[in-house]
Amino acid sequence: MQPFNYVAVTQQQQAVDAISANPAAAFLAGGTNLIDEMKLNLQTPRQLVDINALPMANIERSPDGGLRIGAMVRNSDLAWNDDVRQRYPLLSEALLSGASPQLRNMASTGGNLLQHTRCYYFRDVSSPCNMRQPGSGCSAIDGYNRIHAVLGTSDKCIATHPSDMCVALVALEATIHIVGPHGERDVPINEFYVAYGDDPAKLNVLNRDELITYVALPAMPWAKRSHYLKVRDRASYEFALASAAVALDLDGRTIREARIALGGVATKPWRAVEAERRLAGQKAGDALFQAAADDALQSAKPQKFNAFKIELAKRTIFKALQDTAAMG
Amino acid sequence: MDQQGSSPKTNPPSPGAVSRRGLLTAAAFGAGVVVMPWLNGCTGTARQQTEQSPQQPPPSPAGTEAVTLQVNGQSYALRLDPRVTLLDALREDLGLTGTKKGCDHGQCGACTILVDGRRVNSCLMLAISAGGKSITTIEGLASGDSLHPMQTAFIEHDAFQCGYCTPGQICSAVGLTREGHAATDDDIREQMAGNICRCGAYPNIVSAVRQAMQNKA
Repeated sequence: MQPFNYVAVTQQQQAVDAISANPAAAFLAGGTNLIDEMKLNLQTPRQLVDINALPMANIERSPDGGLRIGAMVRNSDLAWNDDVRQRYPLLSEALLSGASPQLRNMASTGGNLLQHTRCYYFRDVSSPCNMRQPGSGCSAIDGYNRIHAVLGTSDKCIATHPSDMCVALVALEATIHIVGPHGERDVPINEFYVAYGDDPAKLNVLNRDELITYVALPAMPWAKRSHYLKVRDRASYEFALASAAVALDLDGRTIREARIALGGVATKPWRAVEAERRLAGQKAGDALFQAAADDALQSAKPQKFNAFKIELAKRTIFKALQDTAAMG
Repeated sequence: MDQQGSSPKTNPPSPGAVSRRGLLTAAAFGAGVVVMPWLNGCTGTARQQTEQSPQQPPPSPAGTEAVTLQVNGQSYALRLDPRVTLLDALREDLGLTGTKKGCDHGQCGACTILVDGRRVNSCLMLAISAGGKSITTIEGLASGDSLHPMQTAFIEHDAFQCGYCTPGQICSAVGLTREGHAATDDDIREQMAGNICRCGAYPNIVSAVRQAMQNKA
């Protein structure tokens, strides 16, 4: 690990000042991705600004009936929160399907949004990687790419976004609140992640000197009927091969509106808008669900070792839709 | 009970005591010096080790930061390189070697300890960030000669073979019990998924956790 200075801040302004003043500084929250990567010399900040003491650890109802989640809320606390479990169950299920209890006790909401791909070529500093070093090449495209993406890829990068929480947040159309030296802004999560295109190094629209302070969930009463289904090799403690976050607004058997988001198969938490359009206004049923699943993977591009993900993702969507429609 | 001061403290702290690790280290270096006296230059360090107690840490280098760790009810004032993980500080600076290093990347759970009552992977925490928190390691679960109910349950159910994952398993299980979200054996399995056991003691671990959890009510 490269040497660094350490400072702990207690106020938001101190955090923004510290990160603005030093281009080689990084925020330390839960540390479950950052410390891991620093041990691999994947990240080499010269200063760590510890933000664990910032007053961002609350979950509160918003005036509009939604939910405001502080960026330092631990993943476990978010998952077990009564409001989240009752009103946004897909978010609770998504969080509890990720990592391990120990990691969930440490990991923060903000950190989960910003976590890096687990592509093993990205994580190995001796491998060519366009995400780490633009222009150096993509080792995964001609390498072993079983865990890589089939949606959103470019010819520069096929790395999968690993988060479960983010998939649920995308389905919920969450908004990310950001503070920087020039003020505050809100970014809808669907605009937060940037397509790889020719430059996979730019992962999201957060500037280097900005701090995520909270995530806002809209009031969405029908989010009660929602579910997160995660499919992977092991029964637990592993990233998704394919996952689906689903919410259905049912009027009898008619689907007024649907939200479908995918994990494990895409370069960013993936909103399956084509599938949602297929479902809107239709009567719930297996044939419809199958058609929606097919729509969602229509543009999928397989690699040498991950073609199975296309069929797997379809079946995951299908089952998630069935289970969500059948909820009491 | 406080052990303040500028030099790192080891545990057990009493000067005359020799730990299992210290004895084996001294024996290894002692044997080396006797057998190969002509390798004076090469074994210079080894000679130094035998002349001092093996538990004596080297002088604190420049670029260290001060932190006071509260571990198992005792206070330790340390000066550490910011890069030192909490796991390494516990093991190397405090001599609390009960907590194990398995993967050092948060993937196996062998390093699980309790911080402010919550189970965490100490390999992914920086020691200098852990000041002011209440840290409990496997060494801190028993009260004197009375084992923690989870430790007793692990023994009664033969819930370990080689024992390497066991301190992490026990601390994790204590954390699980406090979290209070497990009702069935499947819950226990899922909520212990962060602790891997190469020996495969899993069925007995589940039984042990179930017993300790039920008795706590």
